Amino acid sequence: MKLTLRVWRQKNADAEGAMSTYEVDGISPDMSFLEMLDTLNEELILKGEDPVAFDHDCREGICGACSLVIDGDAHGPERTTTCQLHMRSFRDGDTIDIEPWRASAFPVIKDLVVDRSAFDRIIQAGGYITAPTGSAPEAHATPVPKADADSAFEHAECIGCGACVAACPNGAAMLFTSAKINHLNVLPQGAPERESRVLNMVAQMDEEGFGGCTLTGECATACPKGIPLVSITSMNKEWLRATRKSARS
Amino acid sequence: MARTVWDSTVGKKTVMAVSGLIMLLYLVAHVIGNLKIYFGAGEFNHYAHWLRTVGEPFMHYEWTLWLIRVVLVVAVVAHAVSAYQLSRRDIKARPQKYVHGRPRASYATRTMRWGGIILGLFIVWHLLDLTTGTVHSGGFQEGHPYQNVVDTFSTWYGNVIYIVAMLALGLHIRHGFWSAAQTLGVGSRTRDRALKTIANVLALLLTAGFIAVPVGVMTGVVS
Ligand code: HEM
Ligand code: SF4
Ligand code: FES
Repeated sequence: MKLTLRVWRQKNADAEGAMSTYEVDGISPDMSFLEMLDTLNEELILKGEDPVAFDHDCREGICGACSLVIDGDAHGPERTTTCQLHMRSFRDGDTIDIEPWRASAFPVIKDLVVDRSAFDRIIQAGGYITAPTGSAPEAHATPVPKADADSAFEHAECIGCGACVAACPNGAAMLFTSAKINHLNVLPQGAPERESRVLNMVAQMDEEGFGGCTLTGECATACPKGIPLVSITSMNKEWLRATRKSARS
Repeated sequence: MARTVWDSTVGKKTVMAVSGLIMLLYLVAHVIGNLKIYFGAGEFNHYAHWLRTVGEPFMHYEWTLWLIRVVLVVAVVAHAVSAYQLSRRDIKARPQKYVHGRPRASYATRTMRWGGIILGLFIVWHLLDLTTGTVHSGGFQEGHPYQNVVDTFSTWYGNVIYIVAMLALGLHIRHGFWSAAQTLGVGSRTRDRALKTIANVLALLLTAGFIAVPVGVMTGVVS
């Protein structure tokens, strides 16, 4: 396959960026999107040019490091991570636009790499439990209803990639934050911090400068792990409950 | 608690949802009242007079009406201020557009802000037209709402302003009602279809009901 790539290039956080155009040839439809970018970078290095910086780690869809807005869609046209997107989703001769996640809470560090440490601070604000860890507990010690276990598992699938923020026209982090809150709040292990978790994590989310939810649903459409929009509704419910409770005590 | 709510994006959105639902409740009563115009000047004017005597003898003349007006003004102001502050924040959170853009979300969702501004301007015009009579066409007569309504919808601009605003209202409610359910945490997977249906039915009935009045005047059924 022969492709024309229009890639966002930006030297550093303070520099002005712009789209640059590159041609790549000899791309196999079985390559992943990142392998296609590796091919481009090899050519750039041979020519003595600066390779395109992009985030990646596991390359198997589980770590959440890869990003990229491809033709206006976070993680591209398929519902998966960029590392699991294959070139067979494109056609020979296509022009592909590649941009970084856009949100003021995710500043660009270089080219396509953005700083997602705002997510770490949201997790630090309450995305944990205070139960002692160590050796695995007896499985029957704390019974969890099947429906709750399923719900916790569904939300635990969030890999923290930030596609939800990138897709949201308001740069909101509601889907990510709701996934992390709901994951722990439905479980008995998460119960001791049920109220402080949602209040603190939502407060941190606001503190980081993410926008608010206008229920456009773009986040849930972009999410590679299928975190549903209704997750945000559950978080709102938890927040209202915690606010009422903390007002009473 | 008031501070926590007002300072949080989730809390401010709750203010929008509650104030929006208060206005919605009022509009349901308002449209039912308006449709009485089809039963003639006697019934319509009588209804308007009754609005001032509701609650008597417990309430004094016009007390109930003023109470409702105060609640509505508070709701409109709270709704508009929250909308403004949240929108400012949202725009600041996503300053840079994608080069490869595409329309995001449904039409009703995308028009919440502009639609809201149209509704805000309409509310002001509507009060100046039919409550105070300041911008009314023809001689405004206090206590004769039937004639005032007929006068308003005898001008082309009266009809245009009103009908455009009611279409904006329908779109606003279509996304707004369902959104409010999510904001207040009452939405769920099993209730989603029902909530969307109620939102559509409410939007359709209110828009059609309100537009029926200028249409009545334009077609000469109401004169
Ligand atoms: C002063 C005029 C108005 C303005 C400026 C305005 C503006 C807005 C805006 C910007 C939103 C948020 C949209 C979003 O987050 O996606 C909204 C939501 C809403 N509006 Fe209005 N609006 C106005 C009048 C009304 C009226 C007359 C009603 C009554 C039916 C109403 C009912 C609602 C509801 C129920 C919501 C949903 C709240 C939520 O998302 O939780 N609004 N409005
Ligand atoms: S909710 Fe989905 S899109 Fe958002 S960070 Fe988690 S996995 Fe990524
Ligand atoms: S590189 Fe780990 S999810 Fe894509």
